[in-house]
Amino acid sequence: MEKRVTFRGWLLPLLLIAPQVIISMVFFFYPAGQAIWQSLFIADPFGLSSQYVGLGNFEFLLSDKFYRASFVTTAVFSILVTLCSMIPALFLAVMADRLIKGSGVYRTMLIWPYAVAPAIAGVLWLFMFNTRVGVVSWYLGNLGYDWNHVLNGGEAMGLVVVASAWGRISYNFLFFFAALQSVPRSVIEAAAIDGAHFWKRFWTIVLPLLSPTTFFLLVVNVVYSFFETFGVIHTITSGGPQQTTTVLVYKVFSDGFVGQDLGSSSAQSVILLFIVGLLTIVQFKFVEKRVHY
Amino acid sequence: MAQEIHGMVEKRGAGLWLTHVVMILGVLIIFFPIWLAFVASTVTQPEIVKPPMPLWPGGHFIENYSKALFSGVNVPVSTMLFNSLVMAIGIAVGKIVISLLSAFAIVYFRFPGRNIFFWMIFLTLMLPVEVRIVPTYEVVAGFGMLNSYGGLIFPLIASATATFLFRQFFLTIPDELAEAARVDGASPMRFFWDIVVPMSRTNVAALFVILFIYGWNQYLWPLLITTDPEMNTIVMGIKQMFPSGDDVAEWPVIMATSILAMIPPVIVVVSMQRLFIRGLVDSEK
Repeated sequence: MEKRVTFRGWLLPLLLIAPQVIISMVFFFYPAGQAIWQSLFIADPFGLSSQYVGLGNFEFLLSDKFYRASFVTTAVFSILVTLCSMIPALFLAVMADRLIKGSGVYRTMLIWPYAVAPAIAGVLWLFMFNTRVGVVSWYLGNLGYDWNHVLNGGEAMGLVVVASAWGRISYNFLFFFAALQSVPRSVIEAAAIDGAHFWKRFWTIVLPLLSPTTFFLLVVNVVYSFFETFGVIHTITSGGPQQTTTVLVYKVFSDGFVGQDLGSSSAQSVILLFIVGLLTIVQFKFVEKRVHY
Repeated sequence: MAQEIHGMVEKRGAGLWLTHVVMILGVLIIFFPIWLAFVASTVTQPEIVKPPMPLWPGGHFIENYSKALFSGVNVPVSTMLFNSLVMAIGIAVGKIVISLLSAFAIVYFRFPGRNIFFWMIFLTLMLPVEVRIVPTYEVVAGFGMLNSYGGLIFPLIASATATFLFRQFFLTIPDELAEAARVDGASPMRFFWDIVVPMSRTNVAALFVILFIYGWNQYLWPLLITTDPEMNTIVMGIKQMFPSGDDVAEWPVIMATSILAMIPPVIVVVSMQRLFIRGLVDSEK
């Protein structure tokens, strides 16, 4: 879509667009180019010289068992975060939608966790499950379960998943609730007259009508768990124990800044860029052509 | 009849109460981590390190909060709060201003390179800062912007989302308005200030809420570029309050800090709920 009425001149629009273009050049395109460039080199341990290795960094990465493990970790983590944030959100939204009065109050209460930064959410959950002082881990201990996410990889993963999903429940709830409110009452009432009880109506009418929102949220939540959960992982586990919670973004950070391995970190950035590109395309496809019945 | 059908769809009586009970339980479970943090921020250290800690607030609210705000662990939390505020507002205002200007240029002008610039902005949509941290860090270090507000803000303000949102909105402004402005001999900037900006008020406000939260909650970027505790933001600074090694963390102060860190964004979201939901839906679609 284009405007029919436009203003004349070329200097003014160039000046207007300049701030954004300059910032994009300096902080986006140049660093992205650098990442691609550096991914082709290997630096000596003192950072004095670097040697061109072509795709060597990529070959090394793809054969590195830690990097491959990080891929699996990221996949497991993203799927779990998406499920753990969408299912409770849908359930709460369906419940809130059944109420004629009071759903606004619940909505206000449920929005809160969205405003809590992932890193702060990490601190809150770490506090509850802390091996020394955590309330939940203490009660678990009383029940005979010895909680220790510092040593147990499965428990560490569970904890970062729950802490990451927690704030997202608010987000998903808002979208599901808005979608549920726009389901035509007449359709639901017609089904009710035909004798369909609540859960039957939910599975056969409401859920199919929600599918555009559901697919949209699926993609958005996967993107979130890929890129915005760094704070949670850094505060709770720092990628441990034994790298069981080292997702791809965390590995870029730990190899690049902690391990100072620039070539490998850049190659990882390039691979991530590729994944982001794919996810963005998927996102646009779903947003453009929503799944409709 | 209508009444009866309603009765079949919306819950009445026992079913209604059950729904309320389920909702209240849901809210309580979701709220529990925040409640526990609040309780921990009002009791003493010995009460926490000897589990189980109490589940009801104690009497040390003022003591813990003033300790956090005015002395903190590495740096007073009030300093970190101020840094966060500057960063969040800087990012929100910066993004809105550059996006308004560039969207105006793209929609209301035909100029050489317009399509190239448009695609350039579009591509930035695909590059979250997490992906290009090492080279971006080098750029910022090269400019000498480590430990500065500029370094915290600039790399995060070029975002395509806001530009697209404004572009979308500008396209719905009736052509007659621009036509009239041209006939009256008003300059483009005059049209921008008197017509376009006032008409975009709601969009700007909705976007501000979303961007403020985005800026406030940043973690990785401030972690990398603020090595000086004086420049720490509260969200990243809280991790620095945990001792390395075997020392016991000062839980009441840390928890008071985490409550302080969530107050500003929660106030923004809850008080501007309508705008927030609108901004959320607009910026994602």
